[in-house]
Amino acid sequence: MTDLILGVETSCDETAAAVVAGGKKIYSNIIASQMDVHEKFGGVVPEIASRKHLEAVNFVIAQALAEAGCTFSDLAAIAVTHGPGLVGALLVGVNTAKTLAYALEKPLVAVNHVLAHVAANYLVHDIAFPAVCLVVSGGHTSLLYLKARGEAELIGATRDDAAGEAFDKIARVLQLGYPGGPAIDKVAQAGNPEAFTFPRAFSGQDEIFEFSFSGLKSAVINTIHQMRQKGDTVPVADVAASFQAAVVDVLVEKTCLAAKIKGTKTVLLAGGVAANSRLRFCLEEALAKDGRKLFLPPPALCTDNAAMVAAAGWDLYQRQEFAGLDLNAVPVLDIGCQK
Amino acid sequence: MEKIITTYSEAETEALGKALGELLFPGAVILVNGDLGAGKTAFARGVARGLKISAPITSPTFTLLHVYQGKIPFYHFDLYRLDDVEELYEIGMEEYLLGEGVSLFEWAEKFCEIFPLEKLVVTIVATGPTTRLFTFSAQSDSYIKIIGALGR
Ligand SMILES: Nc1ncnc2c1ncn2[C@@H]1O[C@H](COP(=O)(O)OP(=O)(O)OP(=O)(O)O)[C@@H](O)[C@H]1O
Ligand SMILES: [Mg+2]
Repeated sequence: MTDLILGVETSCDETAAAVVAGGKKIYSNIIASQMDVHEKFGGVVPEIASRKHLEAVNFVIAQALAEAGCTFSDLAAIAVTHGPGLVGALLVGVNTAKTLAYALEKPLVAVNHVLAHVAANYLVHDIAFPAVCLVVSGGHTSLLYLKARGEAELIGATRDDAAGEAFDKIARVLQLGYPGGPAIDKVAQAGNPEAFTFPRAFSGQDEIFEFSFSGLKSAVINTIHQMRQKGDTVPVADVAASFQAAVVDVLVEKTCLAAKIKGTKTVLLAGGVAANSRLRFCLEEALAKDGRKLFLPPPALCTDNAAMVAAAGWDLYQRQEFAGLDLNAVPVLDIGCQK
Repeated sequence: MEKIITTYSEAETEALGKALGELLFPGAVILVNGDLGAGKTAFARGVARGLKISAPITSPTFTLLHVYQGKIPFYHFDLYRLDDVEELYEIGMEEYLLGEGVSLFEWAEKFCEIFPLEKLVVTIVATGPTTRLFTFSAQSDSYIKIIGALGR
């Protein structure tokens, strides 16, 4: 019996494929944008267009199999992200996976992109459940309660901007370039996080786990505009550090509170923003005070990839929660309705 | 035809969006312009409420498009991350424009030449930390009527 899962991911900018054994061991993990040579802009060129996914998808799959040293017939199942994301982009992966499943007579499993981020942790850590997981990326800011591997409940999300989106937009206003997260992280090292007091949206009696970052975004932009209007030079490092501190404070506070209320010893971090050094440091420190432990994937598994899709797909495969060949892309896909 | 309305809070902006949403018809096209943090998403949230959509309306910047089912469907576009007009066609913009829903575009000014002539253009200018100047403009009758009914 084989335990190899082929993961396919095309939900947003990245076209990716990976082969993972038993939801744990990565045999290959291919991302189209990283295969290209034109990284000269210092950032990811968004592969927004479905056409680009279409051009790349068969190629990354072939590469993933080749690097893993296996063939289609060695696979146990095919896992694909079917939402949330951009419908045209999702459809490329979904249709490719369906075609493969049909032609190879292999089971198909449909993975939620946010839960795939969570599962990136399972590739590198042995997690003791229950746990709380914070997924923070350009498109998502979600707090999840995990009863067991593959059993997730959404307990909070952003009501407006995602944390990573706020990083990108403030980086743009500060002219720090793209992607904004790493850029802010870097300049903030030399800045004073207490130089400016930016608003922290803790509030919301009924929605204590709901996030909001648009108020912070407009407050930071206001401050910058006012300084520019007066002809003052903007202390970029201080603004970046103070902005980052505000984002991190909220993420840490709510994640710790969730762990406390849910009574979990384990907390996971996932998504592209998990690579932020202040977030990692502050969250780890705050959790340690209460005797809780933080786990997060290495940076390469934090950003969009297909190994995490294969890992999440493994759980569905084991529970025999197979998708039919009528599987569709679901642009707005809730946690817990993954069938 | 042009109309200027000032709002003094996010809630007022949402209420203004809601008032507009209630007046919209299937196939309506709304372009929303304004700098980062001007209140485009807040306004769009109001429009969605006016279309009787109760789902959370989050920023579509990352995914480029959020689709909601309401009284009539609501297509919430955000062109912030797009650099090439081709990409707009590739995400299926034309099909949405021809569809039965209301299409609202944040950062529409990036590609203003591609939109149909019949549309409502909303420009938001932040005139203070919590004040926003809204300019509604349109050239065709159906939208002129809607602008006339706004802010009454
Ligand atoms: N009168 C107002 N109307 C709307 N928003 C306001 C107003 N006063 C203050 N704000 C604040 O401005 C921010 C507007 O953010 P929003 O995300 O809606 O802007 P946006 O134009 O969509 O930004 P982006 O360019 O990032 O898409 C909110 O935080 C809101 O609280
Ligand atoms: Mg917006």
